[in-house]
Amino acid sequence: MMNRILETCASDCHPASVPDYTPLPELRALQLKRLQAVVTRAWNQVKPFRSRMDELGLAPGDIQSLDDIARLPFTQKSDLRDNYPFGLFASPMKDVVRLHASSGTTGKPIVVAYTQEDVDVWTSVLVRALAGCGLHRGDIIQVAYGYGLFTGGLGAHYGAEGLGATVVPASGGHADRQIMLMKDFGVTAMCCTPTYFLHLIDCAAELGVDMKALPLRAGVFGAEPWTDAMRQHIEKMSSIEAFDIYGLSEIIGPGVGCECRRHQGLHIFEDHFYPEVVDPETGAPLPDGSEGELVLTTLSKQAMPMIRYRTHDITRILPGSCECGRTLRRIDRIGRRSDDMLIIRGVNVFPSQVETALLAVDGALPHFQILLTRSQGLDQMEVQVEVTPSMFNDKIGALQELHGKLQHALDRVLGIRVKVSLVEAHTIERSEGKAKRVIDRRTS
Amino acid sequence: MKIHQISLFAENKPGHISAPARLLAKEGIDIRALYLADTQDYGILRLIVADWQKAAALLEAQGFVVKVTEVLAVEVADHPGGLADVLGALDGSGINIEYMYAFPYVRGDQAILIFRFNDPDAAIERLQTAGINLVASEELLKK
Repeated sequence: MMNRILETCASDCHPASVPDYTPLPELRALQLKRLQAVVTRAWNQVKPFRSRMDELGLAPGDIQSLDDIARLPFTQKSDLRDNYPFGLFASPMKDVVRLHASSGTTGKPIVVAYTQEDVDVWTSVLVRALAGCGLHRGDIIQVAYGYGLFTGGLGAHYGAEGLGATVVPASGGHADRQIMLMKDFGVTAMCCTPTYFLHLIDCAAELGVDMKALPLRAGVFGAEPWTDAMRQHIEKMSSIEAFDIYGLSEIIGPGVGCECRRHQGLHIFEDHFYPEVVDPETGAPLPDGSEGELVLTTLSKQAMPMIRYRTHDITRILPGSCECGRTLRRIDRIGRRSDDMLIIRGVNVFPSQVETALLAVDGALPHFQILLTRSQGLDQMEVQVEVTPSMFNDKIGALQELHGKLQHALDRVLGIRVKVSLVEAHTIERSEGKAKRVIDRRTS
Repeated sequence: MKIHQISLFAENKPGHISAPARLLAKEGIDIRALYLADTQDYGILRLIVADWQKAAALLEAQGFVVKVTEVLAVEVADHPGGLADVLGALDGSGINIEYMYAFPYVRGDQAILIFRFNDPDAAIERLQTAGINLVASEELLKK
């Protein structure tokens, strides 16, 4: 079978990509078998999961079909926090070879664990993701995600190495050094957050490095939502092909899903991560094509199985199959999260709308932050936009015109009046390469 | 004839001009002329310094957004009607003054004004034809 598959996917023919093309009946049978196994494992090893199953009067034997997954209880981020640090582990510590943690905004971080088998699965899905982006042995891949407790750096690193590419483990920060490495090492692909890559584009311009003249041809960007407008901007400014990769630490890290070269949604590596879309309010399952909250179940995770994990990411499962031939289902690019919706004077606002509005203005970049305050009982929203070299002009009139255009674009997209402020470059806080988009100072 | 002027974006908040000023001071770069154009929320600091390339590189390295613009230093007779004569030379030319400010040093009975024109080359030609003296960079920057 492998030879036949490799013939049909000549552009990304890595042996690890074979599962991407599993015939659907086989894939569904494999998923059911793995689902039953992971539920049994969690039921046997993870006390909080077992007690929740008991409350519902459910046992692993009740899972007879993939549709039965909807009977299982959800897992929430708060469950990870409540069972900090090791309460949801299904493996004894002697089998856990790696711990990662996500930076918690309040109090303790969220801890995730991997057995060697889990690390191998993680590597294999990243190899498949990178191969799907057209990368292969011979590519030089610079990983500019932070290395450390954050899953981005090491995840992408092992994936690129597994692919057989040459890895430049640059980690985050030091933009001028990143650009020097890209240039001197002839880097052909970057893995980082999209906002960090934007920052690199800016810095390269300041250093007089022409990004379009570098051998760089692909960027695999993830760890935060980004829009198609931002993709167009990145591709125009750097002459690369930009791919959206999706993942979250709770499930495994980056590599849960990734775009292929068709760029029509992200394939979920669903032989390991089973996707559902549910109504974010009621939790009821929604049919393919309907927008809702993505819920993921790890089908093969050993150390820390996640059953029906609520991602808070809003998307839909795309109906139909992809022209690339993969049988893996696809999700729409994630534009927003159910928990990053802001309600300003009764109007729903998403940070992604602000990004789209800013990018519609010539020369403007989405280096922005939303500041929420309350004055005399009324919500006030301010959008602070960093003035970059491409926006700056020595004439007050030109800056006022830019200000007016930004104001107009935001008013039109958001439907509410917001204050627009121009702020100095590099003043908006960034962490792990992710832009902090919202500061809420409203005290209710 | 053209002078290189450095412009910086600065928020209109206490302390926001002092960082670039301190940086230039530390590197021994002399500020020869300065003009702050401001709105309620932000301003543009325009500087004429002894070594503009070095100053621009230093400021950019520290993360400031810098723009280098070409301006003209025009000698204006320091008596009533001096400015009117210079402006008169531009009448009917279609050349627009984007902004202007006074250079703080006076040479004898001549004041110096810094002009940012929409079309500096046309302005040079027009002013020189009218017998108005433009001060070259080396001359302007020597003390």
